[in-house]
Amino acid sequence: MNFPDDCRYTKEHEWIRLGDDGLAAIGVTDYAQGELGDIVFVELEEEGTQVGPDEVFGTVEAVKTVSELYAPVAGTIEAINTVLEDAPETVNSDPYGDGWMVKIRPSNPSELDSLMTAAEYKHMVGADA
Amino acid sequence: MDTLKTTPLQAIHIALGAKMMPFAGFDMPVQYSGIIDEHHAVRQAAGLFDVSHMGEVFVRGSQAFDFVQRLVTNDASKLYDGKAMYTVMCREHGGVVDDLLVYRLSEEDYLLVVNASNIEKDLAHIHDQHEKSGLDCRIEDISDDMALLALQGPKALDILAEVTDLPVRDVAFYHFIRPEPGAFFGCDHAIISSTGYTGEQGVEIYCENEKAEDIWNALMATGKKHGLKPAGLGARDTLRLEAGFCLYGHELEEDINPLEAGLGWVTKPDAADFVGVEAVRQMKVDGIPRKIVGFVITERGIARQGTVIADAAGNEIGEVTSGTQSPVLGKGIGLGFVPNDPAYTTPGETVYLSVRSRTLKATVTKPPFHKHA
Repeated sequence: MNFPDDCRYTKEHEWIRLGDDGLAAIGVTDYAQGELGDIVFVELEEEGTQVGPDEVFGTVEAVKTVSELYAPVAGTIEAINTVLEDAPETVNSDPYGDGWMVKIRPSNPSELDSLMTAAEYKHMVGADA
Repeated sequence: MDTLKTTPLQAIHIALGAKMMPFAGFDMPVQYSGIIDEHHAVRQAAGLFDVSHMGEVFVRGSQAFDFVQRLVTNDASKLYDGKAMYTVMCREHGGVVDDLLVYRLSEEDYLLVVNASNIEKDLAHIHDQHEKSGLDCRIEDISDDMALLALQGPKALDILAEVTDLPVRDVAFYHFIRPEPGAFFGCDHAIISSTGYTGEQGVEIYCENEKAEDIWNALMATGKKHGLKPAGLGARDTLRLEAGFCLYGHELEEDINPLEAGLGWVTKPDAADFVGVEAVRQMKVDGIPRKIVGFVITERGIARQGTVIADAAGNEIGEVTSGTQSPVLGKGIGLGFVPNDPAYTTPGETVYLSVRSRTLKATVTKPPFHKHA
């Protein structure tokens, strides 16, 4: 299981990664995609939508179950990953890369610091044993 | 919490890296390589399932036939040695206690195979009915002593025929053979039956717990070149739903009459006075109020159990009982109750499903869904 150090993590199993352009990409973790199993749809809020921390910005539908996506921090959605419309399985194969879901402009980028580090998240899911 | 039971194949599942989950009191494999991958393997080649959690109950004795005929809705008089049938058993009010397979081993020896999640309830019902009937037979629960493997898919018989000299290709649909003691992997009490829950050709193999690993390993080793994959409960569910088969807790329940679930073909009120027959006969007179229909969603989305089904005007007309993504169609499929009115039950009609903030259009479709690809 993979836990990149350049991401922050939430207890809802999302990752967020702040880029040089000031936008933060958000997706679900490797652990989450593994638990969900084969992902068949990803539904996302539109560009321009403002989301508060812990607000739902989409849903991810797997064969067996459906799960909501929560914004790790407040911000405005500036991009959504349209690749997932036709290739939702990308979330399974590359959760931290091509399987990103939205990019938001955080209202307060320092909010990211309050989220879990890779090591903390790894511990939460019991993968550091 | 009670500790989970394990099947005799637990160590194999762990070694294969299966994702395990509690199901009906058992630690069961939900998936190995992935539900969709396993699903396609079963449709295109073959899959091997451990379904040892299922319940097995013998009815034995001089009046075993009379008791079985009283217990289940299908006509047990049509059975002969080596023949199996699908059926349900009902409460007096006509609600379904469980669906099951009945195997006739001999005139005085029947095997009932029931859902794992219902074993205790079924046994209580069976003992209760046995007592009321006063019929001379014994009820023996051997669920914990028997393993069950399902080998399913177009290559299933090719694979099985490579690991045994028994005439497995000659076993007709819903028939079974009982190899002589020692003739099949050293089993004393094996049953190889041409049955399954996937909509594909295949067999179910009942054996003693101690022999399950040998049989699994032999099938996997031989099956590899045929594309055989281990398959879990996740794929078992998508396969049965694509085939349009009922699942207890979804299409079947204590408050559902078998006629409503579309199981008139295994409900024979003219053949015998089974438990619940009056309710079934009454429903035949009064009319069946609701029916299970299949649907295919024509846009992106999945409607899961409990989703409201509405008509074009937005009136609530029913409820989804099972829903998933069909791996073969690449679309949402499902089963659900609607009023027994051609306006809703005729294939091609449109119904509407409220999923979160969206309303999904769905076309009423007669399963098996994968045949509509």
